[in-house]
Amino acid sequence: MNMFEYAPAPESRSVVSLQSSYGLFIDGEFVDPRDGGTMKTISPATEETLAEVAVATEADVDIAVAAARRAYDTVWGPMPGRDRAKYLFRIARLIQERSRELAVLETLDNGKPIRESRDVDVPLAAAHFFYYAGWADKLAHAGFGADPRPLGVVGQVIPWNFPLLMLAWKIAPALATGNTVVLKPAETTPLTALLFADICRQADLPAGVVNIVTGAGETGAALVRHPEIDKIAFTGSTAVGRNIAQAIAGTRKRLTLELGGKAANIVFDDAPIDQAVEGIVNGIFFNQGHVCCAGSRLLVQESIADELLDALKRRVSQLRVGDPLDKNTDVGAINSAEQLARISELSSAGEAEGATRWSPACELPSQGFWFAPTIFTGVSQAHRIAREEVFGPVLSVLTFRTPAEAIEKANNTQYGLSAGIWTEKGSRILAVADKLRAGVVWANTFNKFDPTSPFGGYKESGYGREGGRHGLEAYCA
Amino acid sequence: MHEVRVAVRKTYKLYIGGAFPRSESGRTYQVTSTDGAFLANAALGSRKDARDAVIAARKAFPGWSGATAYNRGQILYRVAEMLEARRAQFEAEVAAAGESPDTVTESIDRWVWYAGWADKIAQVCGAANPVAGPYFNLSVPEPTGVVAVIAPSTPSLLGLVSVVAPAIVAGNTVVVIASERHPLPAITLAEVLATSDLPGGVVNVLTGRPAEIAPWLATHADVNALDLSGVVDPQLATDLERDAAGTLKRVIRPAATPVDWAAEPGFDRIRALLETKTVWHPRG
Repeated sequence: MNMFEYAPAPESRSVVSLQSSYGLFIDGEFVDPRDGGTMKTISPATEETLAEVAVATEADVDIAVAAARRAYDTVWGPMPGRDRAKYLFRIARLIQERSRELAVLETLDNGKPIRESRDVDVPLAAAHFFYYAGWADKLAHAGFGADPRPLGVVGQVIPWNFPLLMLAWKIAPALATGNTVVLKPAETTPLTALLFADICRQADLPAGVVNIVTGAGETGAALVRHPEIDKIAFTGSTAVGRNIAQAIAGTRKRLTLELGGKAANIVFDDAPIDQAVEGIVNGIFFNQGHVCCAGSRLLVQESIADELLDALKRRVSQLRVGDPLDKNTDVGAINSAEQLARISELSSAGEAEGATRWSPACELPSQGFWFAPTIFTGVSQAHRIAREEVFGPVLSVLTFRTPAEAIEKANNTQYGLSAGIWTEKGSRILAVADKLRAGVVWANTFNKFDPTSPFGGYKESGYGREGGRHGLEAYCA
Repeated sequence: MHEVRVAVRKTYKLYIGGAFPRSESGRTYQVTSTDGAFLANAALGSRKDARDAVIAARKAFPGWSGATAYNRGQILYRVAEMLEARRAQFEAEVAAAGESPDTVTESIDRWVWYAGWADKIAQVCGAANPVAGPYFNLSVPEPTGVVAVIAPSTPSLLGLVSVVAPAIVAGNTVVVIASERHPLPAITLAEVLATSDLPGGVVNVLTGRPAEIAPWLATHADVNALDLSGVVDPQLATDLERDAAGTLKRVIRPAATPVDWAAEPGFDRIRALLETKTVWHPRG
């Protein structure tokens, strides 16, 4: 029952001009792959083909790594920090200038609401370059010794949930510290990385400093295996992260990993309920729940559980699911058929294992990949939906009676990326935060990101930090 | 024979609270080039101008210090962009002062250097302190307040930028007395600041005689810090430092040895104009 009807408010696609096909960005040029392999990238909201994209093989990766090595040896490595800074400032400005184009393209390729790509992904990407630009000539002040040195050529593999933002998290600190980069965007979301290649050209970034090789898992594996890579930075699943750590065992390659999560969002009985509801919704339904730090386990104190759940369901019933380009949309499309299948499978397991499933009445489009916001109650710690990362708009609700029990349950996971605490009591926030085994703890807020703030996980959520002064360490010798 | 166009010349005035007033005293003084040619009549700032400038700086302080570090960094970087675009004008002005055009290049890069510091100051000099008790204890830097600065007399532009940028990047607001002998680049810089989204009053530029104006700033009870970097006369520096002690202003003394303004500046000038605030909060 909607009190207000919304007229559609679609963002125009005309700001984006797509090519029918894209090559690899190597040594400052777009080039065809050696064996001519291609893949299609589609809009997950409509299943229309957006463009054909090259698939890089081992031979292409080899050329890209050689270009990066050459650029490192001859241009970027020897360049004074303050000149590197100026290139990064240029890139930050170009992202700001082309922000609408990037936002629309991101939404087309990824399926996320335009409101999020416009207000979160793209501004944060620009801010990240701006922040690390400032470090490029101040590394001696960063606390890693008098003259921190770059590592060399960095191989970076990023996921599909925040394609441009993850690119920024990877490339900005690597370049600021004097490394050169070969980056592989995700198979299903290569387009903003390819637009970023054009931004590198507009910035007159020296050829070979940034190379973009598109492809699927095999391309990433070729990059990881390549003997001339000095460091690998990976964001993605814990399973793949584990494989990478095994693959480089015995080499001198350095590695940082930003992997999965199963964050607990803990709501105490003195929490401001309306604020907490907003935070819970933002925690799990932001970006369709395709967020490694999503608050996918709601731990609510038993005495307020009914009240909170009623308020939460009322709020979730108001979420608008649909056209990602519509400026009113809250929840967009699931990124791929494969991911939709995984979310559906885990949700079915939730029901089969005895949890109670609830979704608001909402009409889903007939084309594309969609999943209604879903809340499971009566979830036990043994259920798969409480243990495994769903990476979708699915919230598992558990209850607790004492703070000690909340901490115990929150930490009862292989993961340790993030957590949330909701209480009016400051001393409780700090005491609970102390005991949570997680790399980021949000108190009375959730899913906040900033280039100055380090991000990364404990345990099997990976190692190393991205963002902030700490984020430099991953790229300095 | 072509007709020679008669140029429109600029009136060089003060820069206070985002506006360009003449000196309330109505006084000016002649500025000449190194070969003695007349360049302009610059405003000869007075005690009242200095007080107006302090009022403007104080008024701008809450907004500027309350802006996010990211926002301040963006604005300082914008100053560099604007300065780069007007490079030729500055090169002509510093050349008339007998200074190298390289000082203009360095001045642009100096804004970029300090722009990058804005959101890193707290990360370099803040701390989470491991106190021996159940307390969260966090020390964060904050700007000291209104800073009065006597800019180096030469290099006129680079010296000025080198003392103003580190003061404002952390959120301080500034009243600066420009180079007495070469004040014109300072006023042109004010035109750059006025078109760089820098809020009015964050930087206030006075021209005139430091020996006349500075004592009023050194004793002014609403000034929190005094940067004497541009004071050459040791007696004047001592007098000003003593005056400043009356309200326990933070004082940056003139360097003991000549300063190489072209060298990478480091963090010292930022640090000198910071307060540290430590917050305790119980855990558990």
